[in-house]
Amino acid sequence: MGKAKRAGARRQVHKASAGAFGGPAKTNPNPFEVKVNRQKFQILGRKTRHDVGLPGVSRARAIRKRTQTLLKEYKERNKSNVFTDKRFGEYNSNISPEEKMMKRFALEQQRHHEKKNIYNLNEDEELTHYGQSLADIEKHNDIVDSDSDTEERGTLSAELTASHFGGGNASQKEGEDGDKPKSRKELIEELIAKSKQEKRERQAQREDALELTEKLDQDWKEIQTLLSRKPQKSENKEKKEKPQPDAYDLMVRELGFEMKAQPSNRMKTEEELAKEEQERLRKLEAERLRRMLGKDEDENKKKPKHMSADDLNDGFILDKDDRRLLSYKDGKMNIEDVQEEQSEEAGDQENDQKEDEDESDEEEGEDGSRDDTEESDGSDSHSDLESNIESEEENEKPKKEQHPTPGEKLPSDDQKAQRAAGTELPYVFAAPESYEELRSLLSGRSTEEQLLVVERIQKCNHPSLAVGNKAKLEKLFGFLLQYVGDLATESTPDLKTIDKLVVQLYNLCQMFPESASDSIKFVLRDAMHEIEEMIETKGRALFPGLDVLIYLKITGLLFPTSDFWHPVVTPALMCMSQMLTKCPVLSLQDVIKGLFVCCLFLEYVSLSRRFIPELLNFLLGILYIAIPNTKSQGSTLVYPFRALGKNSELLVVSDKADMATWRRGSLSLHWASRLSTMTATEANHRRLSCLASCLALLKHCVLMYNALPSFHAIIGPHRALAEHLVDCGLPQDLQELSRSILSEIEIQKQHYRPLICEKSKPVPLKLFTPRLVKVLEFGRKQGSTKEEQERKRLIHKHKREFKGAVREIRKDNQFLARMQLSEIMERDAERKRKVKQLFNSLATQEGEWKALKRRKFKK
Amino acid sequence: MDRHLASAGSRGELGRLLQAVLTSRGQANAVFDILAVLQSEDPEDIQEGVRTCSRLFGTLLEREELFVGSLPREDGVLAGSQGATHKYKVWMRHRYHSCCNRLEELLTHPSFQVKELALKTLMKFVQLEGAKPLEKPQWESHYLFPRTLFRAVVGGLLTPEVDHSLLISQFCEYLEYDDIRYHTMQAATSTVAQATSQQSEVSPTFWNNAFMLLSVVNLPLQEHDLTKFYVKHTQTSDKWKVIHLKEHRKAFQEIWLGFLKHKLPLSLYKKVLVAMHDSILPHLAQPTLMIDFLTSACDVGGAISLLALNGLFILIHKHNLEYPDFYQKLYGLLDPSIFHVKYRARFFHLADLFLSSSHLPAYLVAAFAKRLARLALTAPPEALLMVLPFICNLLRRHPACRVMVHRPQGIELDADPYDPVEKDPARSHALESCLWELQTLQQHYHPEVSRAAGVINQVLSVPEVSIAPLLELTAYEIFEQDLKKKAPGSVPLEFIPSKGLLGRQDHLCTQFFTLT
Repeated sequence: MGKAKRAGARRQVHKASAGAFGGPAKTNPNPFEVKVNRQKFQILGRKTRHDVGLPGVSRARAIRKRTQTLLKEYKERNKSNVFTDKRFGEYNSNISPEEKMMKRFALEQQRHHEKKNIYNLNEDEELTHYGQSLADIEKHNDIVDSDSDTEERGTLSAELTASHFGGGNASQKEGEDGDKPKSRKELIEELIAKSKQEKRERQAQREDALELTEKLDQDWKEIQTLLSRKPQKSENKEKKEKPQPDAYDLMVRELGFEMKAQPSNRMKTEEELAKEEQERLRKLEAERLRRMLGKDEDENKKKPKHMSADDLNDGFILDKDDRRLLSYKDGKMNIEDVQEEQSEEAGDQENDQKEDEDESDEEEGEDGSRDDTEESDGSDSHSDLESNIESEEENEKPKKEQHPTPGEKLPSDDQKAQRAAGTELPYVFAAPESYEELRSLLSGRSTEEQLLVVERIQKCNHPSLAVGNKAKLEKLFGFLLQYVGDLATESTPDLKTIDKLVVQLYNLCQMFPESASDSIKFVLRDAMHEIEEMIETKGRALFPGLDVLIYLKITGLLFPTSDFWHPVVTPALMCMSQMLTKCPVLSLQDVIKGLFVCCLFLEYVSLSRRFIPELLNFLLGILYIAIPNTKSQGSTLVYPFRALGKNSELLVVSDKADMATWRRGSLSLHWASRLSTMTATEANHRRLSCLASCLALLKHCVLMYNALPSFHAIIGPHRALAEHLVDCGLPQDLQELSRSILSEIEIQKQHYRPLICEKSKPVPLKLFTPRLVKVLEFGRKQGSTKEEQERKRLIHKHKREFKGAVREIRKDNQFLARMQLSEIMERDAERKRKVKQLFNSLATQEGEWKALKRRKFKK
Repeated sequence: MDRHLASAGSRGELGRLLQAVLTSRGQANAVFDILAVLQSEDPEDIQEGVRTCSRLFGTLLEREELFVGSLPREDGVLAGSQGATHKYKVWMRHRYHSCCNRLEELLTHPSFQVKELALKTLMKFVQLEGAKPLEKPQWESHYLFPRTLFRAVVGGLLTPEVDHSLLISQFCEYLEYDDIRYHTMQAATSTVAQATSQQSEVSPTFWNNAFMLLSVVNLPLQEHDLTKFYVKHTQTSDKWKVIHLKEHRKAFQEIWLGFLKHKLPLSLYKKVLVAMHDSILPHLAQPTLMIDFLTSACDVGGAISLLALNGLFILIHKHNLEYPDFYQKLYGLLDPSIFHVKYRARFFHLADLFLSSSHLPAYLVAAFAKRLARLALTAPPEALLMVLPFICNLLRRHPACRVMVHRPQGIELDADPYDPVEKDPARSHALESCLWELQTLQQHYHPEVSRAAGVINQVLSVPEVSIAPLLELTAYEIFEQDLKKKAPGSVPLEFIPSKGLLGRQDHLCTQFFTLT
């Protein structure tokens, strides 16, 4: 109590002193009351607070304060009831009365506004209209139906007004009009009867209105059912309600119903679809570019694929898959369905709609989203159907880019059905647990059947069907890869089958990117390990088999090759680099393999246009071995090619006749693997084909790298050899090709712009943060931790406060004692006064009596 | 089984004969039977015989029952009138002699066990003969060593017919001893000289053997006490040559010079040069004598001159050799093959060493940087990862060369001022050029290389990058690193679906290859 009081007192002191010194009512304090605390020394930096004091004033203030508080308490010490005045600002003189009223009103509103129950959301202040609660009006307790009614309500009837407020005039008028004037009582009765009748009429009217509303509601409901989403139901309902509908009505209803069918997504036009696809590709391309530049390598990447609702790839397979499994139960009917991709599905839809509907009913249970996408699917399937017809006509011809549905890879329906009937492939395959299993499943079958088997395995074990299927399919990818490798290493590689299996690999890879990349990494590591081992033992390596080349090609098909860094593609690039640098060219097969690797290399970097030294070295070497040593002498060569030796003229063709009969064609991958015996002419033709490919690749390189700053330094050796090649007596085709390369090189003018480093920010001078040392302050405890200091400060403060409180209490007691004393003194004085008065009166009485007595005596 | 029994029988027989010879001089003729076993065809029999001989003559040598002094002719002594003991000793010495001859022949025996055993026996004889010399000391504390016998051993090791590398590695353990080492060097010198003087064309096997033997000779670097002798001497004398390291060095130098002055096979050249800097040059008495060999090797070209540089550098660096065209030669060695040869790491280590001086003229360093950059255009990634920091280090060391990557006031040129054909680095105009090659390599397909080349875009940082860990980098290691690196997110996938192995119509593979 003491403390609070003291704080208050101090505040008051401040205010008072402010008022005393700075206020307008500046009263010069009595100089005798001012006490100056003189300082002995002036100390810089020390604030003096108590240099001037007004002991008299402050004592008076303290006493006043105590009389207001302590004394009051003291006086009311034996009283139990208290009067508290809660009026806002009643004793506050600073607020003007208007303001006071405003605030009081606001407070009242606020109090009113406060919710009594937090769950009662609607307990708002009541809104009124003309003094009536709006809530009541809304409830239509007092129905105001028509406008006329309200008018009536608003302006009271003249009669009524007249009778109520008109005084005697109206009756007089009536009296004048009528035969005999009606009595007052009669008039009033008439009035009552009239008003009652009026009331009844109004009631009847209201009932009518109610009835009408009800009817209207019912009508609306009927229409509503027509408008509702489920036409079937409403129709049924209607049938129940009206057992014999008119044909015309029926027609009308049907038409209406059709018109107001459930709004669905608009069927997209061809352009829109194309646009959407373009948009999707654009997005993916942007993503690819971002990765190619490799600027945000460490940033988290987005999900690999964004599939739009109309995407044909993944989600759709899911739908179709479920469905196909169902159709298994139907038996032969759906064989085509089983074999075909989604395009066939569309055909089915058109052919037997009923079945489709049944199915879709079934499907609704499984897949709700299908309903929504039905429309768009339909449009797709139409276009697919068209393309399918095309593909029937020309089976081998590749389709348009727009529709990546692999419909073309399968023979037409009829053939399919025949074959299916003939060979009787089982429909359900268990996923192979080992590679041998897969091999036994696939071996001895034709390409189409193998495809079918793989497809069926994939479908029977779709991840959405069972828990373990994901792992099974992930393994399937690895097995398929191995199978492809095996196919490629056979004596006559089955490239056709590989060609088809690639699609399956792509699909699987899209589903399981992680495991697919692991499998690819595994085969690449194997290949690299083989090369490394050979280098360690023999010092050089042989070109790996066709399987490795095909793995590399598949890697390029499955993963984006333009990325700055990619977990699979970068090792694959290293692998190809090793092949081109470590494997010497010993035979024509090696040349073809090397050219294939070159081709792959170029394809990998076709988008990113990155620089590949090994590729150019290899092409240089190939050119070198195509030119007789006598001419090519002196040109720089890079390992693994040697300037002299057994293979330094591997590609030189000296037979003029062979040159004349040679026709330019593409190289067959079979040549890379088969060690077949061939005639000299054949060999020469192959040599020339190799040289042609080499030149074409070189041209490609020239076109790709002509923007590089040191293009001429790179291409110089090639140019020299190409010049030799021109006058080598080669077929016309090749000569033209080399001439065009030379001219391409000539055209390219190089500009050597001097290099300039990017300006880096100037390194800021080293700044040392200043060391802060506390100024030694007299009287403060030094050299202790912060907590210690804080503790000491608090102890000190507590002590001071304690002292202050004790002083206050003491002063309070003194004050009280003084008060008690003065009370006692007052009381005593009163008593004395009264006693004195009594004595006085007695004395006067005595005196009077004595006087009387004296008088008596005198008398 | 029979043979086994026979051999067991012969073993018993040999033991009995040995006993007979050792116990009574009367039965000394049994020695002939023992020596006859050495002529046997069966390796096991020969081994038995060798062991018996070793025991026999070992005991005789210890007993000093062999004739001491220069050996007279056998016939003369036997016919002469000396005492029976004298006659016996001379006769026995002759038998010992023929035994040694046979053992030397056995050093070229096809069976390694026999060879090894023969060598060991001979060395045992050397030891025993040294301890109890078969010749009379000519003066007090005369140093005696069975030189003839030992020379025969070394001569057996250095045959032109058989590759003795395994046997020589067995011989290594004797080379630990200072006296054996010294005498090996001496004996080898004479053997080599003898071999080359006799025939003009010496077989490569001989050189290989000689090199094997020479390369295992390791001299101690500091002269402490060379007293670890194989042949035990009762007292050593300070006058003996074998005590002093200086004499050892002289012998070492003599043998190497004698060896290197002949025309060696190419592969041997490389081996010598590889060992030159740390196991030959430090031990020579006069290393400068190697100048001729090294300069001629340096002119050979290719890997050999590359290896010769190391020795030359030591001579220049430590022995004040004046070699004016050293850097020009080094410059001439830079051709595209340096990234593919086996000695790549060694070469770049040396090149780094040669170019580490900050007192080299700027034009020279610039020429090297430019040349290396040019070559980098043909280098595989593993070499690029090493050579790019190398070039950057050159630029860091020589701030005057930084204009090659930072030329703010330069004008645009029509052609590169650098002349790649010029052999003299001073006239190659490299300092006027810029390292556009590095700019090109920023487009390299491997991300690490691209990053390494991108360093020149910024101002080069001051501390050099240590290329030591990059020297031995192989493509396979890079490949493994790439494989192990984890992608931060999921694996990005190709979004254009493939329809066949060769890809779309516009793919290159489709243009040049068919599946049929």
